[in-house]
Amino acid sequence: MMISLSRYLVVAAIMFFLGICGIILNRKNIIVILMSVELILLSVNINLVAFSAFLGDLTGQVFALFILTVAASEAAIGLAILVSYYRNRGSIAVDDINMMKG
Amino acid sequence: MNVEGLFFYLFSAIMIGSAFMVISSRNPVHSVLFLILAFFNAAGLFLLLGAEFLAMLLLIVYVGAVAVLFLFVVMMLDVDFTEMKQGVLKYLPLAATIGVIVLFELILVDSVWTIAPSSIASVTTPAPPGMTNTMALGRVLYTQYVYLFLAAGFILLTAMIGAIVLTLQHKVGVKRQDVSAQNARTPAEAVEIRKVPSRQGV
Repeated sequence: MMISLSRYLVVAAIMFFLGICGIILNRKNIIVILMSVELILLSVNINLVAFSAFLGDLTGQVFALFILTVAASEAAIGLAILVSYYRNRGSIAVDDINMMKG
Repeated sequence: MNVEGLFFYLFSAIMIGSAFMVISSRNPVHSVLFLILAFFNAAGLFLLLGAEFLAMLLLIVYVGAVAVLFLFVVMMLDVDFTEMKQGVLKYLPLAATIGVIVLFELILVDSVWTIAPSSIASVTTPAPPGMTNTMALGRVLYTQYVYLFLAAGFILLTAMIGAIVLTLQHKVGVKRQDVSAQNARTPAEAVEIRKVPSRQGV
């Protein structure tokens, strides 16, 4: 394999960086926050698959599979919470979610 | 540069560019579409790494289900997203500081390290030669990791039940089928037999 492992890791690090920046930048828009979380999980998956391929070990791919499962559940539950919240309050702005504030 | 390197840089560049557009786009629908593009290119990277099964799974699960779910929700909720974009520039220095620190540390870690020979020797599930990726994964997944596989199934079941419970709403005044009431009907209350006199009608 010509491309070294470090290149894949750097690509994954840049994706992680973009995900974190997305969470901080779009603090008011919870949908973009969820999409940034998906980007972060994708970067973790790239890391796992790259290590799995370069070490010749299948465990990394199995764990990437489980991360995919958890990410799908997380997106489904998060969006369901969002829909039911919008039904109750008529807004999904993060600033308005302060009912639990003491 | 051979073909593999060319494709690696192509996929990585498009993926990083579309990830940037996901977080900077003004319209969330565009964000979701760029997210789909990022997933497609990540699947390309997985193919380059020889993980065909995960690449196809990424396309089916992420693009087919998760991204479409996002698109659904973005279009269903009637929210003024332009108002939400106010004050993005206020957080830009913070985001840049934290992000650059994390990126710098990660790249520092990524660039100066080697794989210890002992860790290669302690590989738990070596990929068997002369076998497709899907076949090899299946052999590992259903034997060595079968309990984790079942746990993943339970997580999905929980997520499904949770999503249904959260979003299902009972409206009053909607006619629904009541099977027990249907089965409990007797001919006496369901059918009325009348003698109709000839040439007179009911």
